[in-house]
This record gives sequence, C-alpha cells and structure tokens, in this order.
Amino acid sequence: MPVNETLSQYSDWSYTTSVVVYVLAMIFFLVEQAFGKRGVQAAERTRQKEFAGVGGGSTATASTSDTATGARQARTRTERIGRMGVALTVLGVGLHLAALVLRGLATSRFPLGNMYEYITAITLVTVVAWLVMMARHPIRHLSSFVLLPVVILMFVGGTLLYAVAAPVQPALQSYWLVIHVTAAAVGSGIFLVPGVASILYLIRSAYDRDPVKFGKLAPKLPSADVLDRVAYRTTVFAFPVFTFGILCGAVWAEAAWGRFWGWDPKETVAFVAWVIYAAYLHSRATAGWRGTRAATINVVGFAATVFNLFFVNLVSTGLHSYAGVG
Amino acid sequence: MSQTTTEPPETPRPVYRQTPLRRGWAFVRNTWRGLTSMRTALVLLFLLALAALPGALLPQWDLNAQKTEEYIAEHGWWGELLDRLQFFDVYSSPWFSAIYLLLMVSLVGCLVPRTGDYLRAMRAGPVLTPRNLARLPHHVRAEIEADPDTVLGEVRRRLRGWRVVERTEADGVRTISAERGYLRETGNLLFHFGMLGLIATFALGAMYSYEGQVIVHANGHEFCNSGVFAYDSFNPGLQVDGTQLSPFCVKVNAFEAEYTDVGQPVSYEADIQYQSGEDLTTGTWRDHHLEVNEPLRTAGDRVYLLGHGYAPTFTVTWPDGETRTQTVQWRPTDTTTMLSQGATKFDPPGITDSAERRKNQLAITGLFAPTALLHGNILSSSYPELTDPAVAVDVMRGELGVDSGRSQSIFEIDQRMVDSGRLERVARENLKVGESITLDDGTEISFDGVRRWVSLQVSHDPTQGWMLAFAIVMFAGLGASLAVKRRRFWARVSPAADSGDGDVRRSVVELGGLARTDQAGYGEEFTALSRDILDLTQDRKAR
Ligand code: HEM
Repeated sequence: MPVNETLSQYSDWSYTTSVVVYVLAMIFFLVEQAFGKRGVQAAERTRQKEFAGVGGGSTATASTSDTATGARQARTRTERIGRMGVALTVLGVGLHLAALVLRGLATSRFPLGNMYEYITAITLVTVVAWLVMMARHPIRHLSSFVLLPVVILMFVGGTLLYAVAAPVQPALQSYWLVIHVTAAAVGSGIFLVPGVASILYLIRSAYDRDPVKFGKLAPKLPSADVLDRVAYRTTVFAFPVFTFGILCGAVWAEAAWGRFWGWDPKETVAFVAWVIYAAYLHSRATAGWRGTRAATINVVGFAATVFNLFFVNLVSTGLHSYAGVG
Repeated sequence: MSQTTTEPPETPRPVYRQTPLRRGWAFVRNTWRGLTSMRTALVLLFLLALAALPGALLPQWDLNAQKTEEYIAEHGWWGELLDRLQFFDVYSSPWFSAIYLLLMVSLVGCLVPRTGDYLRAMRAGPVLTPRNLARLPHHVRAEIEADPDTVLGEVRRRLRGWRVVERTEADGVRTISAERGYLRETGNLLFHFGMLGLIATFALGAMYSYEGQVIVHANGHEFCNSGVFAYDSFNPGLQVDGTQLSPFCVKVNAFEAEYTDVGQPVSYEADIQYQSGEDLTTGTWRDHHLEVNEPLRTAGDRVYLLGHGYAPTFTVTWPDGETRTQTVQWRPTDTTTMLSQGATKFDPPGITDSAERRKNQLAITGLFAPTALLHGNILSSSYPELTDPAVAVDVMRGELGVDSGRSQSIFEIDQRMVDSGRLERVARENLKVGESITLDDGTEISFDGVRRWVSLQVSHDPTQGWMLAFAIVMFAGLGASLAVKRRRFWARVSPAADSGDGDVRRSVVELGGLARTDQAGYGEEFTALSRDILDLTQDRKAR
C-alpha cells in the first residue's frame, strides 16, 4: 500500500511539537519544584496524613480535615505555574497521540512497526500513566523528573532512530503485532513511572536516614511512603500487562518463527526483566527487603527494560531485529 | 511464601543424644527449610535472571554457530574458557539447569504447605474480633440512636458478599467479623502452580521436540519427513533419535514474493501441496498456501516458510560433446537485494580413472544478482525480484576435494584446495541468461536460467498445548492475585451505658478494618462502609 506523504509529514510535525511542548511543561514544573512552597507543602501534608494514619485515630476525620485544609490553601503563583504545566502536558499528550495516529493513517497499518514508532508509543504511555497517578497522589511538582527521560527518549527516537513511514515486512503483518507489541509498549511505558518513583524514593529515604544527604532536593519530595505507593501501584498494574505481552509474544513466535521460546536476545532480556519485577513484588512481602531494597530492585528492573529497548535492538542481532535502523 | 509461622513456645524437652543420624536429619530438614523460604526463592530468582543474561550478551551455538566460532577465535584463551564453562550454550548448561531445578524444588516446597494453609483457611471462619479495635489502621467509634440488633442487622446487610461470622463475647457484647478477597490466595496458588507446570513442561519439551530445516526447489520438488537424512540440518531433543518422525510429504509448486518500488518485501507466499495420514497411502495431495506467520499444521507437526532464494542453472558442454546441467541453490548474502553467492560443482563425465577425473572437476562460483547492476565490471543487485538476472562467476578447475571424506558446504568451494594450487581459476566472466563462456580446452559453460527455492522448517513439539494451558492458568492466577485485595472488617456493638431514655435505645458502635495485603486503597472503602453503616442505621431509626 502506498504511503501518504502528507499525513506522514503532519505526523512528524506533531511529534516535534509535542516534544517542544513537553520541554516547556518541564520548565513550568521545574519552577514549581524549585521555587514553589508546593513541594514542601505537599511533603508536609503527606507527613500529617501519615501521622493521622499511624496514630490510629478515626480515618474519617483525618481525611476530611485534610481535604479541608487543601481547599483552603491559597493558590500561590507557583501553584498556578504547576497547573499550567499540567495543561501543557495534556496538550503535549494530544499532539503525541496525533503523531502516532497519523503515522498509522499514513501507512495504513498499525503504527508500531519500527523502533521510532515503538518509542513514540512507550513515551506516550508513560506520560498518560503519570497524569493518572498525578490525579491521585501529591506528586505534580515531580513531573519534570518523568518528563526528562520522556523527552530524552523522544529526542533519541526522533533523530537517531527515526524511520520514514513505510510498510512493514511480511513477518510483521499479523494481528499479533497489534496485541503483542501494544502490550509490551504499555507495560514498558508504565514501568518508567515506578522506575523514576523508586529513584526518588531512594533519594528521599537516604535523606530521611541522614538529612545531610540530598539536603537541597529531598525535602521537597513527598514522603518515602507516597513514592513507594506510586511505585507499587504502577508496577502492579504494568506487571500483568507486561506478562501478557510476553505470553502473546510466545504465541506469535510459535506461528512466525517455528517455536514459542528460543532464547532470542529480546526474549531473554524480557524474561530477565520479568523475573526482576516478580522479585520486586516478592520483596515487598519479605521481611527485611521492603523499602530500600525493593526500590533498588525496581530501578534494576527499569534498567533491564531500557537495556532491552536499546541494546538488544541496536547492538545484538536476533529475530527481533525489526528496528528499522542500520 | 513469607514464612512467618510462629513457632510454638519451646517446652522443655528431654535432652536428645546427638547421633549422626539425627544430625543428618536435622541437616536435611534445615536445608529444606532454607531452600523453601521466601528469601531463598528471591535469591534464586535473581540468580536465574543473572544466569540467563549471558545468553543475550554472548553469541550462542544453537542460535548462531558461525558467530560463536568467530567470537571464540577473536578472544583467545578467554573465549575458550567461556566455551568450556558453557557460556555459549547457556540454556543447556549444568549451572543454568541447577538454578532452575533449585527454584523448582523451592517452589514445590512452598506450595505444598501453602496449599494446606489455604484449604484450612477456606474452611475456617473469619478471625475473632480483636480486643482493641482502636489499634487497627482503620477505626471509627460512634454512639448512635439504634439498638444493637438493628445495628448488627445493618452491618450484615452492608457486608453482603463478605464472609461474615457473628459472635457473642464473654461479657455479652456482640461482634461481627468479616473477611473478603479469598480469591487473592486462590489466584496466587494458581499462579504458582501454573508456573510450576510451565517449568516442568518446558523441560519435557526440550526432550521430545525436534526441528529441521530443508531447502526445496519451488518447481514441484518434494520433501518427505521420513528421516533425518532428508534434512539439511536437524536439531533433535535428547529423547529423539530421528527414527520416529511424523510421516508427511510436502511438494513446493511455486514461490512468489512481492516488493515495494524500493525493494522492501511486502509478502512471501509459497504454493504447496501436502499429504499426511491416509493421504499417504491413497496418494492424495492437498493444496495449501504457505505464508510467513501461517505455518502448515499437519500430522502433529508444523511446516514454516523461513526463507527463499535463487538457484542459477548452468550447463557444461565438454569438448567431447558430453553435457551436464545442474541447478544448485545459492544463498542470499544480502536479504534486501537478494545478491547471492554459491558454488555449482561438476564432475567430468566419462572418465573412469578417478585420479584423472579429480584433476578435471569444475566449479562455478561467484555472485548472482536477480536485477543486475554493474559498476564497471563489478556485479551487484539493485532489486530483489527477478527482472534482469546475471551472474559474475569464477570458473575453477582441478580437484574440488569433495571425495576427501570431509563434508563440504554446498555454497562454497574448499579454499584449501585453492591455496594448495590443486584448484585453479580458469575463467572470470559476467553472464546474462543465455550467455556462455568457452574455456581454454574448449569446454563451454552456459548460464541457462534461474529457479527459485524456499527454505522450510519442520517443528515438532508435543508439549506446546500444555505450555499454553499452563500459561493461561498462570496468567489468570496472576490477575486475581494482583487485583483482588484481601481485607477484614469488624464491628463491636454494645448498648450505650446511659441508654434508658424512654424507648430510644442507643448503641456504641466500634468498627475496625485491616487490609491483609497492600494497605493502599482500603481506606476509602472502609470510610464508605462505615459511613453507610452508621448513616443507614440512623435513617432507618428516623423513619
Ligand atoms: C519458592 C518460590 C516462591 C515463593 C515462596 C513465592 C511466594 C509468593 C508469595 C508469598 C506471594 C504473595 C505476595 C503477596 O503477598 O503479595 C507471591 C506472589 C507472586 N509470585 Fe511468588 N513465590 C515463589 C516463586 C515465584 C517465582 C519463581 C516467580 C516468578 C518468576 C514468582 C512470581 C510471583 C508473582 C508475580 C507474584 C504476585 C505478586 C504479589 O502478589 O505481590 N513467584 N509469591
């Protein structure tokens, strides 16, 4: 099928604009994080909540008084800047999604056929997952920590790994592409959020143990407990999705490559990442492994995910070498 | 599983005499306990991840033998050491299997007692209401205008779907204990059993499966799965000796590839016919369209279209008028342009003296391009489809070394024969279809045409249906164990001390909640539950 050049051009523009919008949003969030009291306030608030919870008093009263003070808080200028950051991020997501959809329309196929498109999808999932978490936890002022890796990935994707819109090779013409790659992209994309949260957790808990460490940054972070919860919630959501992605990959491999599992580099590293995340979930239920160790495991899992994305696609050669680069 | 079993308080026991037998038993028991603890399982999981990694970083024999060989050659003693330690054969190495086995033992060791606990817990009712509900993470206390019966009725009504037990304490105070989310543990066990099944089946599969590759010319040639000899390469499982292959035959009638203008492949298709089972005796052929992603499934095996290529046809006419024609597959060196490389080898006919014959063997080696592109005299290919085929050949004459006993690649000549001067180049030429070369002795070599070939893979794995079933069990269990939250709820209701005010009776209601797993999220549910119970009771009373 011929490629629609106009749509593909629009897709590229949309992509570039969304990166620019994310960068702008990041600046707003950085202002909020650096100058705003919001960070400190958010940290304070979570600490209050914690005391209320631990104290064993009525939870009902604790939570109502909490929202009441929240509502009464005057909106400072930095608070407004943070909200503008969110608005920009939502705009960025719109453009980001448009870039992906237009790619699909331009090529008349599912737009996950090469590494550029895959990175586009992963980063989109990350930002959406972050927005969802932001609605539920006092973490808005941390957004630039998530947008930074997103922007870096999108920059690398849009320059070094860029692939012109084109049809995919016969091996990829299967509905399993839609299922397997979408699940893998959603899983990996969400995993970026607990990765960042766990790094912040490690910073925060190092500070809690010894306030000399990270004295500038850490006091503005939410309590370690909140970060741990963000990491756990997102991992618990992403893990089954990722598992599903691997299982579908195996079913597809049976139809495409003649075996459901053959220790292809990508399969191997996906397995390794899966085992690491399983270990993370277990560590939270094992005495002595909760907290810092669990967070470290999550960071390692994230490292494995990124390694899988770049090293396996670009350096090693295997059956998964559909990256459309080199 | 988090082994937090509280040991019963030590009662003074009679002093045992340490016998070797007892010590041995204690050792076994302690090893078993250690091996089946959650911490060990965690460490084993990490070890497994770590051990699997070299397989992704280093070339592996069974995936790419040539690359592995190069790697070892490049890295000298280090490469050889790694090879000796099976780092190029990770997944069948003893150390990988050891971790795998230990993990399995550990898994069984924790699943057995956990299943017992599970069955017991399923039969037991929710636990007693704690003395002091205020100590729980979620707790409310209120005095409301309703008598204890009404309140307890409301609690029961609101806790529909929970497992509920009502008890009366020693001082006559009534309590309700409720618990919900038993499915979590069910899911958890399913997940782990599924995984155990998966691991065990995987090991079986490695024993009873086989895989073979074969090149078949796409002009009606036939391949029959009658024995290992029929394959170009064959990888049997440990328990496969190659004598019991599933019988079926495949005939390849045509192959077609479709490309975009810039030579990107769009589709590959082979028209084949096959016969298996009864068809073998009746001679019936069934049509099938073989495509990438769409294997032929027959006789319990699968047949895949793996690749394709070209086989140039050459005819050699010796000075005495004898002719021989051969079409031998050449292999693609560049999959985007299908530039191919190969060697077509001829024995001179009519020479009975083997020494004499060996001196006059011929090989036509070189490049084949489906769409010729010439830079000066250098041939390359500009498009993968057959539009303007050409070959650039070296004709070699002398001793090929094919009967030296060493096996030889069909795509290459033996370079050592060239190096030792026993095989010499006698011509170098670019040819299009129909063109020919005449050698110094009058032998004529003509390039007559091209035929397509496909490479097929036959895979046999009797366990893969089981693998799928266990994977589904595992996944369903995972979903339940992560999505379901196990939580407890208690109510203690007693008449208020000052209730005596006419017929309005008041109760003191204490509610408490505890999430057994992750605390997050239960707060909201508890708040809603307790508000409902307290409000409802009030409303009902007001009416
Ligand atoms: C002896 C070996 C094992 C033991 C004792 C064990 C124990 C457990 C326990 C206690 C849980 C529940 C955790 C919770 O309360 O949330 C659990 C969940 C889980 N296990 Fe295992 N497990 C073992 C092996 C494995 C292995 C080998 C894997 C995967 C490679 C695995 C993957 C999981 C996953 C994904 C969960 C769900 C996470 C969760 O519910 O928190 N387990 N396992």
